[in-house]
Amino acid sequence: MSEAFHGTDLYQVDGLLSEDERMVRDSVSRWVDERWLPIVRDHYRAGTFPIALSTELGEMGLLGSNLTGYGCPGLSGSTYGLAMMELERGDSGLRSFASVQGSLCMFPIWRYGSEALKEKFLPKMAKGELIGCFGLTEPDHGSDPGGMITKAVKDGSDYVLSGEKLWITNGSVADLAIVWAKVGSNEATSIRGFVVEKGMKGFSAYNVEGKFSLRASVTSGLVFDEVRVPATHLLEGTGGLGSPLSCLNQARYGIAWGAVGAAIACFTCALDYVKERTQFGKPLASFQLVQAKLAEMYTEIVKAQLLSVQLGRLKDAGKVTPVQVSMAKRNNVHMALEVARTCREMLGANGIADEYPVFRHMANLESVYTYEGTHDIHTLILGKHLTGISAFE
Amino acid sequence: MKILVTMKRVTDYERKVKIAPDGSHLITEGMNFVANPFDEIAVEEALRLTKAHGGEVVVFSAGPKDAAQQIRQGLAMGADRGIHLLTDKELDSDAVARLLAKVVDQEKPDLVILGKQATDDDANQAGQLLAGYLGWAQGTFASKHEGLEGPEEKAQKPGLAIEGGKVHVVREVDGGLETIALDMPAVVTTDLRLNHPRFTTLPNIMKAKKKKLDEVTAESLGVDLSPKVKMLRFSEPPARTAGQIVDSVDTLIHKLKNERKVIA
Repeated sequence: MSEAFHGTDLYQVDGLLSEDERMVRDSVSRWVDERWLPIVRDHYRAGTFPIALSTELGEMGLLGSNLTGYGCPGLSGSTYGLAMMELERGDSGLRSFASVQGSLCMFPIWRYGSEALKEKFLPKMAKGELIGCFGLTEPDHGSDPGGMITKAVKDGSDYVLSGEKLWITNGSVADLAIVWAKVGSNEATSIRGFVVEKGMKGFSAYNVEGKFSLRASVTSGLVFDEVRVPATHLLEGTGGLGSPLSCLNQARYGIAWGAVGAAIACFTCALDYVKERTQFGKPLASFQLVQAKLAEMYTEIVKAQLLSVQLGRLKDAGKVTPVQVSMAKRNNVHMALEVARTCREMLGANGIADEYPVFRHMANLESVYTYEGTHDIHTLILGKHLTGISAFE
Repeated sequence: MKILVTMKRVTDYERKVKIAPDGSHLITEGMNFVANPFDEIAVEEALRLTKAHGGEVVVFSAGPKDAAQQIRQGLAMGADRGIHLLTDKELDSDAVARLLAKVVDQEKPDLVILGKQATDDDANQAGQLLAGYLGWAQGTFASKHEGLEGPEEKAQKPGLAIEGGKVHVVREVDGGLETIALDMPAVVTTDLRLNHPRFTTLPNIMKAKKKKLDEVTAESLGVDLSPKVKMLRFSEPPARTAGQIVDSVDTLIHKLKNERKVIA
């Protein structure tokens, strides 16, 4: 169903897509092939994201694609999902960049912000001229964001923010941060969102170094040392943990699709490899153990595609629930990680070298497995849905 | 200025085509279709010309209902409207040229730009036949000066330029490039190196849905689509046999002379 996957569309998943959905998919696919794949290896080695591509992503309409107004393209959920799939076929870091900008930063401004904030930030963010980051996770509060200690104390017409955020994609390259903080004593219901701009006194960011994963993506820590944020920068519609979780729900939706792209990249690489590589005088593809792996992976990819397509249809019908998104994120990322590991194995020693994209995707997917709700947390969300009993509260 | 461009729906050149067991036709079921890459170059060039000189770009395609997708792609690139000649028949280049001649009569474009050939049948005839039917000048295989590699250089001297009421075409010929000036209206066909088609952006894909796309039939244009070229048989190219490693130049020459008989 990916452009690069037409040759093996056994289940005719392509036929489930509309003409413009396919056109968007193919267009993003071409962009990834021509603009991203030639440079990703160097950036991965260097541990950098090609930030100059930001405006190009904006021009393509890949930032905040599914939002309406304020210079956003207003794509359907399914079309947006297909775009994310193609971006992650390029790299999870590339898709993360688009997810963070669109789902985690533009979405909360669009959904919860004042008209003034929307007009100030959204058009430039859609163009990629302003980059955002999303500060929810803290050094000591990951799966349990309600326990956050970052505070926002009202003082005159300002809020004074104090605290620290960690594992923040784009943190050090961002022009603005969507920061979640408690305005009350310690209860999670007092969590509100703020737009903190680069250059505000007391706000600084540093990079997380030594990553083995998502190397073509910037990961940072944010420090708020009594940062005075004007009350006009409060996202007025926010209140309680539900607000940041609604953003995560948008991003997880894109991840569910994106992971399929990473799996397809690994699978197509391994499929080509085993047909070319000969051992014992015949192609690896002729060995039963290799064919078993291919059959297993391919079936899992097709199942994940079908899950994504249906999730998109539910989203476009306004019927999607967070539990459905959890199920797709959980299944598809796990699937992709397993596929990447299997492909790595099939490539033998070549599987560990960056001449092939497989190890890069495999390492990336370790992060994707953990961020935006870990695999286990999504398991418990499903468990709660099925039993009515929360195992994590 | 009005420019008419073609956008043919062709089988994806990156996929292997399947031939019916009796060799009578190609199996198109489950096949992926794309726009003819040379036509995408034609659309791109038309958009650059209308950007410089103003005007309208009209995309034409003849084919089944699904060919509308390729017209939409042209519209998503930036063309203004589309004309879709609906037919399920196999068309040869001559039928396409006669159809286009009728569309030209109605639309009266200043320029018709076509891909030099379609990547499915590689006929390379429609543009030339059209110029013949219309009695217009033709500039085939429009290309770029080799050596104009940088984006700035390319912007300075395009392979297709309109100056003083004439269209100047840099064209690939055997052994090099020549530049010709054609009286307008004219027919131009595009070669691979003329330009690099733009990316279709997501907002433009959405906008293309609202652009005008007229459907016409061969009957309404009064064109008989009966082919003049008859397809007799399709067959796969012969499979390549394994190569041999020879131990010396002498052996190589001996084999070329006596076994392959390719040298005397």
